[in-house]
Amino acid sequence: MTKEPIVTPELVAAHGLKPDEYERILKLIGRPPTFTELGIFSAMWNEHCSYKSSRIHLRKLPTKAPWVIQGPGENAGVIDIGDGQACIFKMESHNHPSFIEPYQGAATGVGGILRDVFTMGARPIACLNLLRFGSPAHPKTRHLVGGVVAGIGGYGNSFGVPTVGGSTGFHKAYDGNILVNAMAVGLAKADEIFYAKATGVGNPIVYLGSKTGRDGIHGATMASASFEADAEEKRPTVQVGDPFSEKLLLEACLELMKSGAVIAIQDMGAAGLTSSAVEMGAKGNLGIELDLDKVPCRETGMTAYEMMLSESQERMLMVLTPAKEKEAEAIFRKWGLDFAVIGKTTDTLRFVIKHGGEVKADLPIKELGDEAPLYDRPHVPTPERAPIDPAAVSPPVSNSAALLKLLGSPDICSKRWVWEQYDHLILGNTIVAPGGDAAVVRIDDGPKGLALTTDVNARYCFADPVEGGKQAVAEAWRNIVAVGGRPLAVTDNLNFGNPERPEYMGQFVGCLEGIGEACRALDFPIVSGNVSLYNETQGAGILPTPAIGGVGVVDDVSKAATIAFKGAGEDILLIGATAGWLGQSSWLSVVCGREDGAPPPVDLTAERRNGEFVRSLIVTGRATAVHDLSEGGLAVGLAEMAVAGAIGATVDPLPPGPNHAALFGEDQARYVLTCGASETAAILAQAAAAGVPASRIGATGRDALRLPGEQPILVATLREAYETPLPAYMAGEHPEAFN
Amino acid sequence: MKAAVILFPGSNREGDAARALKQTTGRQPDIVWHADHDLPAGTDLVVLPGGFSYGDYLRCGAIAGRAPIMDAVRRHAAAGGYVLGICNGFQILCESGLLPGVLMRNANLHFVCKMQHLRVERAAAPFTSAYKSGEVIKVCIAHGEGNYEADDATIETIEKDGRVAFRYCDENGLLGGAANPNGSRNDIAGIYSERFNVLGLMPHPENLIDPMVGGVDGRGMFASLAAAAG
Repeated sequence: MTKEPIVTPELVAAHGLKPDEYERILKLIGRPPTFTELGIFSAMWNEHCSYKSSRIHLRKLPTKAPWVIQGPGENAGVIDIGDGQACIFKMESHNHPSFIEPYQGAATGVGGILRDVFTMGARPIACLNLLRFGSPAHPKTRHLVGGVVAGIGGYGNSFGVPTVGGSTGFHKAYDGNILVNAMAVGLAKADEIFYAKATGVGNPIVYLGSKTGRDGIHGATMASASFEADAEEKRPTVQVGDPFSEKLLLEACLELMKSGAVIAIQDMGAAGLTSSAVEMGAKGNLGIELDLDKVPCRETGMTAYEMMLSESQERMLMVLTPAKEKEAEAIFRKWGLDFAVIGKTTDTLRFVIKHGGEVKADLPIKELGDEAPLYDRPHVPTPERAPIDPAAVSPPVSNSAALLKLLGSPDICSKRWVWEQYDHLILGNTIVAPGGDAAVVRIDDGPKGLALTTDVNARYCFADPVEGGKQAVAEAWRNIVAVGGRPLAVTDNLNFGNPERPEYMGQFVGCLEGIGEACRALDFPIVSGNVSLYNETQGAGILPTPAIGGVGVVDDVSKAATIAFKGAGEDILLIGATAGWLGQSSWLSVVCGREDGAPPPVDLTAERRNGEFVRSLIVTGRATAVHDLSEGGLAVGLAEMAVAGAIGATVDPLPPGPNHAALFGEDQARYVLTCGASETAAILAQAAAAGVPASRIGATGRDALRLPGEQPILVATLREAYETPLPAYMAGEHPEAFN
Repeated sequence: MKAAVILFPGSNREGDAARALKQTTGRQPDIVWHADHDLPAGTDLVVLPGGFSYGDYLRCGAIAGRAPIMDAVRRHAAAGGYVLGICNGFQILCESGLLPGVLMRNANLHFVCKMQHLRVERAAAPFTSAYKSGEVIKVCIAHGEGNYEADDATIETIEKDGRVAFRYCDENGLLGGAANPNGSRNDIAGIYSERFNVLGLMPHPENLIDPMVGGVDGRGMFASLAAAAG
């Protein structure tokens, strides 16, 4: 047995532990830690696992509602969706690994989040993602987009879950630090949810799944530090995914859960065996003793340190009922997976690691989690920006030219090139496929379904974290409403820069304030999530990007709305008030080359009122097409509806004021919908009675979009502007719309 | 019709196939484990479902083509029983020797999932009697390796014998160009065995059985089989 290295200050620093944090360890255990113990502390106390910079702020978020079965703190959040069914979901980042090795980084991001969901007893039914890449002009961007998309598809397609939605955006702030956030959604019976909490003394702790190798050692520590120029050298810390093993693990776990053998289950994700074992013990007020000689290893000569920190994928830890051990083993053997009893629960509250007959670690199990450092980092609020007067910005090009440019711009253009590489149709329940507002996935044979979306506008968050945070939640809520769903709960993935810098910490605190306010106002609690800090490279932080994953229920999927115009001669209604807000708009950024001003304010009362009105029109079948308005405003919204339906539209003269502001302003709480012309008067009267701003702005028909004061633009021209830039870019060209 | 859906490790559309059979024929198929050696007595139709059997490791379908159950499937086919291989199932049929040719990586090297039109090339077969020859149907595809290829002599034989079941086409039934999603030789989407009792195809008729989810153009295949099996 090789002798462990001596713990020196350099070694402590190399583990990402600050001197005062090391002092804390010494005080806690009353002696210097062994090398293995140092590794365990570094795994448990890094930012990724301990949330040491974010915990005190996360506590302020609303996490409860009568329909919330399990909020944050477990593998995933759980909500009651009626009929004895529960929806289990979570979103998680895999940013740093994906920048280093895009295919495997993204693939294992998907694998990790799927495991979080089926660990709780759910069968995954949908995946989504939120991706942010650097400027299309950056030399690495094309390679990263190609690798990440292939990785997400490679894992999800093979595992057999449809990837039904997402959001893909670009900004130079992500040049050195892309974002790959993956979300998984599963279903279980509401009374058959499995948790991580171990019970009973002397119960076997069982290792299941793939073998342990040296891959991913210190992955969580890497995810908790800023990138320097040496990022490429960290490639060996990226794990390698095997969706085939994960699929087998899913089937074996669900079969095992049905047998009644499982007391507690935890997947081995970040910080692998260390984190999973400690969590099971600490949650159950029990000690854990592991004998690493029993761990199935892929490589020979692995040390205790390596085994405890490996992030090899597709592994699970369970506490089983002793009487059912044989039955459990037979199930795993049938699926060709490893099954090994590697330890037991104890009443000592110690975390004891044995290897080769020696005790390599003996630590107080609860303190490993509970006594992790907690910081109230200094934070400064982001300075307020002045709103932009629409009349003071003269349009550099015609509104038609602006529309075509916006439709082809990197953030707005069709992402078909991306989602056609994802199997979004497997399981046969994808009612509303990618390319609309929220995706709709039917549950079994229906009529109920789930509406799913991921959203954030990081430009808004950067300019005003509080309003930007509110807007991200409001937009997720609105996207669910726009398909006819009842928004129920949120998973958040908080991607920010270095928390040790007060301006970045200020962005974090501000966004959380806005998110909390919106979630409270919209009864849209946060049930799970993930915090990813230190997203910066060589001192440059990303835009604050709190990704919001929203889940809602559609009571009858046959009534779900889509964005496509359905027929000619229908009236087009605009719901919500338009002031022509141009600050931080896509028009200002893409057409004028300016990112300034204050982002649009979010009126949560109006948001709720307008949204509930729109949903009432959808569920009663009176709205034939619905689209929420967001980036690019009214003009882009109408163009997308026309392209999706292959039907044109004629828009009436706009109210007084600059046309470019009315067409491209990004005022919130707005929707465009279509209805039969005979319905219009009644709908407008009903809106007036409900205090919802609504007006008829035109009608569908013919083969072109006719905007007031502009030459008609053929729908075919709109489609070409919208569909061609991304495939062209990925084929190595430099489409003009991407400049 | 008594149907059996084979479950290989890594299959992932076995549930979709079973659901389509249940909905179109009213009868739940048996799910048969890859390591078994026999099919349930009285099986009329064997379905090799879509997925990534054995993770697509080695070659798509290569390991599954040699699974214990495949001897039983070969016996079933030799006795004239119906075998339907969908997507990974088509790859397995090629690897197991039940159909000629091979499915290569898509010409553009990307996995592709989308709605796709097919031209029914032959209605005079037990799998397609519910369709008309030349009819254009809309189904979905979802594969990374669907680029059908075989040597010239084999292609010639298949064409001469009328064994091409479906070709990729556009909505008007026109072949070639962008209508071919993967570079397949002669736009081939599916082929029959010599006796027309084994069909392999890349598209997923089992996902087109529901008016709310893309349409019902896949129902015809299961209805045809049920009628043929009696």
